[in-house]
Amino acid sequence: MRALLVLVAVLLSVHVGLLLLRPAGSSEQVGHGPRVGIVFDMGGRGDKSFNDGAYVGAMRAVAQLGAQVRFVEPGEGSDREAGLRLLAAEGMDLVLGVGFIFSDDLMELAVEYPQTAFAGIDFAVPTGNDGKPVTLPKNLAALKFREEQGSYLMGALAALSSPNKKIGFVGGMDTPLIHKFEVGYKAGAKRVCPECEVVIQYAGVTPEAFRNPGKGKELGLSQYQHGVDIIYHAAGSTGLGVFEAARAMKKRAIGVDSDQWAEAPGVVMTSMVKQVDTVVYEAVAQVKAKQFSGGMHQFGLAEGGVGYVYDDHNRGDIDPQVRKQVEELKALIIAGQIAVPSERR
Amino acid sequence: MMLLLFLWQTLRIAAPYLLAAAGGVVAERAGVVSLTLESFLLSGAFGAVAASHWGQSAWIGVLGGLGAGLFFGALHALATVRFKADQIVSGVALNLLAVGLTRFLLQMGFDSSSNSPRVPGFEGLGHPLLWLGLLIMPVLAWTLAHTRYGLRLRAVGEHPQAAESLGISVAKVRWVAVLASGGLAGLGGAFLSLDQHQFTDQMSAGRGFIALAAVISGRWQPMRAGVACLLFAAAETLQIQLQAAAAIPTQFLAMIPYALTLIAVAGVVGRSRPPAALGRA
Repeated sequence: MRALLVLVAVLLSVHVGLLLLRPAGSSEQVGHGPRVGIVFDMGGRGDKSFNDGAYVGAMRAVAQLGAQVRFVEPGEGSDREAGLRLLAAEGMDLVLGVGFIFSDDLMELAVEYPQTAFAGIDFAVPTGNDGKPVTLPKNLAALKFREEQGSYLMGALAALSSPNKKIGFVGGMDTPLIHKFEVGYKAGAKRVCPECEVVIQYAGVTPEAFRNPGKGKELGLSQYQHGVDIIYHAAGSTGLGVFEAARAMKKRAIGVDSDQWAEAPGVVMTSMVKQVDTVVYEAVAQVKAKQFSGGMHQFGLAEGGVGYVYDDHNRGDIDPQVRKQVEELKALIIAGQIAVPSERR
Repeated sequence: MMLLLFLWQTLRIAAPYLLAAAGGVVAERAGVVSLTLESFLLSGAFGAVAASHWGQSAWIGVLGGLGAGLFFGALHALATVRFKADQIVSGVALNLLAVGLTRFLLQMGFDSSSNSPRVPGFEGLGHPLLWLGLLIMPVLAWTLAHTRYGLRLRAVGEHPQAAESLGISVAKVRWVAVLASGGLAGLGGAFLSLDQHQFTDQMSAGRGFIALAAVISGRWQPMRAGVACLLFAAAETLQIQLQAAAAIPTQFLAMIPYALTLIAVAGVVGRSRPPAALGRA
């Protein structure tokens, strides 16, 4: 028993010692512009998605705006809030949370630190008792993407590229955020091909649905076996299983969030991308120019917040005629002539 | 044709459950609680991909999965058999350790916190671990019933003092059982990652707990546990197929495997009695 206590004491002191050495796994970049603190979502850097996008944007702000950026990579659970609080208490000019998971914590801190600017990527605005979205504090910016617009183009592209007139969608966790992808995708497909069939499936109802490639592969295989030609996924690493199914069945798939071509060349025909880097960079630029404004900011096709990949890698995978039609739809959405739905009816 | 696709998909989904549940039966029948199956699966999945990447061969990957499972099995045995730590606490701790350690190694080895590059794996019916999964329960049932080690293992799980008094080394039997448990479930993880040709963060996604539920609802008997695994897998397949065909809410379909578990555990299969010495050091 005493040996155990001593062991626990030793481990604790080592832990505390390590914390002093390198608080919360942070790293710093030196410059003369605004001081920016960024807290990554689960997974941290190297997720090939959101966090990496935010990192790229922040590094561009360091290079071009002289920003001083500090990153915090939280572990599991409660130290997310601690990461944000640490940065706010240090008097950063801008504190940025990457991912909807920070929404509640940012609301709280924005009230506590009215002099600091806060921003949340994919911020989920809570609804009040009257069922309407609550008003955000002046120093809190909700940076949201119009995923439905990018997904609309993917739906049109998939439907136009499908010989069987049958396309599929695999979502991760069945939530309103992922419904935006689903609804936009379906609307885009129906616009160009009303008789096309769109098969819609979700991997689950818990956050694990975003990291279950085994399930993704089975969903993909069953859709392809039922005659689906192309599957668009919005399912995190579960989507990598969809790519694997496409590879096995010699079919095609569409990636999401960042350019996923490299995960399965020849299989991933394109990806619907969210320009997290642009959004992060813009937020820092606004703080530097003292033009930061709170409230909701939506980034769609018009703002360059969402789009799809068309470059040297996948030019051969997309028919020029299809590409032309998709570009026309894009222009119509930007001109405001097509209203893309974002919620299930 | 449809039936064949259904059976085939059920089998693929069942394979990791079967291997992990076999590991669960072995350890629990020897009296060691198997909350650790999740960590065996996850570490096995990573070990398989790391070894397959290094050796550029899926068969080396199988060995890697086995090795990683054995390593975590050894940790569990060290904590619970050698140091007589609480088996549940050790299980929970190892599950957390596996999540952190695999992510750390993924970051170190492949410079990504999300997934490894593509490695050699197995395709479809050619996956040897699929067939191992199908065979493991009958083999295990025979081993437990008809071999000297099987008899000793059951004795140690039911009444360790009596076994000890007959000159059986309880510690030794349990060490072997927990190692075997780690190795088997590690192969279950290898099935997952070699089928995907890559490792992704936390890819075991709770399968270890489903396998444990199969062990319990199978009343700690290999064949019954095997049937439970196939039943859960069939429910999952049904969920996938129904979701594509009809407009039944995902939430309802996702509930099916767990509802089945509850029904099974609640006594439809008869009163389930765990090994008498389960959980006791």
